[in-house]
Amino acid sequence: MIPVDHYLLVAGLLFAIGVVGVLLRRNALIVLMSIELMLNAANLTLLAFGRARGDSNFQALAFLVVAVAAAEAAVGLAIVVGIFRNRHTTNLDELTLMKH
Amino acid sequence: METDFPLYLIPLLPLAGAAINLLVGKRISRGGVAAIACTSVAMAAVLGWKAAWLLFQSEPSAILTARFFDGDWIHATESHGIGSLHIQAGLLLDRLSAVMVLVITTVGFLIHLYSTAYMEEDKNFNRYFGYLNLFTGAMLILVLGDSLPVTFVGWEGVGLCSYLLIGFWFDKEANAYAGRKAFIVNRVGDFGFLLGMFLIFSATSTLSYRDLASQQSVVALHHVWFAKASIATVAGLLLFVGATGKSAQLPLYVWLPDAMAGPTPVSALIHAATMVTAGVYMIARLHFLFEIDPFVLAVIASVGALTALFAATIGITQKPIKKILAYSTVSQLGFMFIGVGTKAYDAGVFHLVTHAFFKAGLFLGAGSIMHALSGEEDVTKMGGLRAKMPITRWTFLVYCLAIAGIFPFAGFFSKDAILAGAWSFDVAEMPEWPHWLGHAIYFVGLSAAFMTAFYMFRAYFLVFHGEFRGDHHTWDHAHESPPAMTLPLVVLAIGSAALGFLGMPEAFHKDWNLFEQWLVPANFAPMVGEEHASTEWALMAVATVVAGAGIFLAYRLYYRGISPTAVAIKDALPRLYKVVFNKYWVDEIYDSSVVRPLRSLAFVLWKGVDALFIDLILVRGSAFVVDLVGRGVRYLQSGDVQRYMAAVLLGTAAIIAVSANWVACTGAPFDVEQHGADVTVRAHGMPSGPAARPLEFSFDFGDGTPPVKQSTPTVRHHYDVHGRRRLTVNVLDPRWDIRSSDSRTVVIP
Repeated sequence: MIPVDHYLLVAGLLFAIGVVGVLLRRNALIVLMSIELMLNAANLTLLAFGRARGDSNFQALAFLVVAVAAAEAAVGLAIVVGIFRNRHTTNLDELTLMKH
Repeated sequence: METDFPLYLIPLLPLAGAAINLLVGKRISRGGVAAIACTSVAMAAVLGWKAAWLLFQSEPSAILTARFFDGDWIHATESHGIGSLHIQAGLLLDRLSAVMVLVITTVGFLIHLYSTAYMEEDKNFNRYFGYLNLFTGAMLILVLGDSLPVTFVGWEGVGLCSYLLIGFWFDKEANAYAGRKAFIVNRVGDFGFLLGMFLIFSATSTLSYRDLASQQSVVALHHVWFAKASIATVAGLLLFVGATGKSAQLPLYVWLPDAMAGPTPVSALIHAATMVTAGVYMIARLHFLFEIDPFVLAVIASVGALTALFAATIGITQKPIKKILAYSTVSQLGFMFIGVGTKAYDAGVFHLVTHAFFKAGLFLGAGSIMHALSGEEDVTKMGGLRAKMPITRWTFLVYCLAIAGIFPFAGFFSKDAILAGAWSFDVAEMPEWPHWLGHAIYFVGLSAAFMTAFYMFRAYFLVFHGEFRGDHHTWDHAHESPPAMTLPLVVLAIGSAALGFLGMPEAFHKDWNLFEQWLVPANFAPMVGEEHASTEWALMAVATVVAGAGIFLAYRLYYRGISPTAVAIKDALPRLYKVVFNKYWVDEIYDSSVVRPLRSLAFVLWKGVDALFIDLILVRGSAFVVDLVGRGVRYLQSGDVQRYMAAVLLGTAAIIAVSANWVACTGAPFDVEQHGADVTVRAHGMPSGPAARPLEFSFDFGDGTPPVKQSTPTVRHHYDVHGRRRLTVNVLDPRWDIRSSDSRTVVIP
């Protein structure tokens, strides 16, 4: 059986890639995808612990995360489309309307 | 006596009238306002007479009780060794409070009636009657309260109404100032009242009059000590401080003369007939408390006597008629305190009743005079008014005879009873006071009575006799007042003339003192050491001669205006006259010793603490700092969502770093304590906080023995081998299946 820390390592890597993507990529679509990556890292952690403890509640929670991720993707994409229609760009560096 | 008599209606009716007149009075016609005000008091008076009739038909100790609502009004549980507090909003009518209720409602009704004409042209007609009704209700609560707190509600209520009515014409600064002065001086007394109340409660765990009067409470008051005196002494003196404030005695009398800034009927009702007698009533009500230590009684009687004399001397020199009457009231209240202070409670309360009639009458008469003379107050500018105002003149004469104590007017009997009580005041229980104290008080009272007769008839002759000394327009305009004003004058004059017969001295006939028979058996212990009839006759004769002398002197000096003799006397004693005319500069002394220092302190607190420290440094300073910080940190707001997210990430990481339990993740550090071949291993990083959970430790000593597994972090081991050994600690977090380990080398000698 693969010990739980291996899963955690993979999940940590995924999460770190997601964080870097969110923080550094300029394209809003890529940022959204990176967020998906982070959510899936969380899912992987849940499932790994669920298997280690033989508890199916973790899987139910993972499904919930999948549902939230789907909703987030839908709303996020809609916002990106809306912004693109207005400003003709999805470059986050140009979308700084909320500054002082 | 248990009946379901609606006692609570007596104060509630005037209060309801006050509510109507104050809330919607502006929309009611003047006639409606006056009708509501007078009717509510008249109904209270009818109920009061009905209740008194019920008492009259029963045995002397009969009482009526009622409550505003069931259950406790104030409730506090036991703490700090002081018993629990249960106070009900209860009313109690016994023969003493019945006397007060009748005076308040009857005289109060007459003054309401008089006011309907006197205040006819005032634009705040409804406010005036609202306050007057509010006052009547509060005063009735004061006298009907069955415990000190209920009385205190009324006590404060009448103080408030006094303030509101003194400053009724507040658009004149002096009037508003007089109102404030009355209120603040009364606060001093009320503070004493409160402290006295607290002390009584601390000793007896009750504040209800009936419980306090019980033997048990009296014993507790006597034998519980506060500092170096019994609670009864300290609480009695504190309550008396309250009485000096409300009843205008030395040294807190200064507010009453200024209170004349209010409308004249207010002076009659509040500052002559009812409110200022509250202190006398309170002492009569709690006489069992004041009797415990005769020292307190002696203080009360002495203060009363000094006040009576002091205020009477000032009254002689005053020119505004209302000021003369004000100092006369202070002086007469002093007489009442002589009465209650020398255990002649019935005499004190009797003088309260007769005084309510003749002094209310004097004020209403003064109001009638001022009404006729377009507000003129100075008696030296009046004269000869007997031709213009016959009813006012004759009634005024009756009041003057009554207050001077001429037989058979009311004041003769009540003042005589007080002086007789003072004469026979028994000081045997008080070794620290001279044995002639009673006689001294008698003579002081007698001199005050002489001056009373003199200054009242000085005012009477100056107003009604001689030639008019004002301008002729005023004279031509002078007229007798309308019936709504003269009717109360006549009724009060009848009372002032006839009421005295209720309290005929024993010397006339031993059963004729109806007032004493009404009050004394139920409320007070009968006086011991009554004087012989011959002594009483002698005292009455002396009092009459003295009063007659005062009147005769006034006649000689003022019958035809201010006589040259009067002026000569004044000029012969310029210093004395100046001191007395300026009221001994008491107001100025208070001003420089109390008012000005307090004002300076208030100024410092205002400018230094409030304006500088709180407003500038704290309020504006903190706004300034926030503004400055905001100006700085706004440049952090780049609008770049990725920076925000980085901040969120860093913040989250920081929170986790602070709160997480790292023991399972960062290895398993441990200490080794070695004594030869014996080692003690102690693992660190025991989890704590909300995430704490039991760990499993495994110790491998590296000497071939099986590892020791346990859930506690400390283990002892004895090595049977020598040399370098590798010691390993494994920690397992069983919940998350996380392992970590650490090892180090030990050298076994």
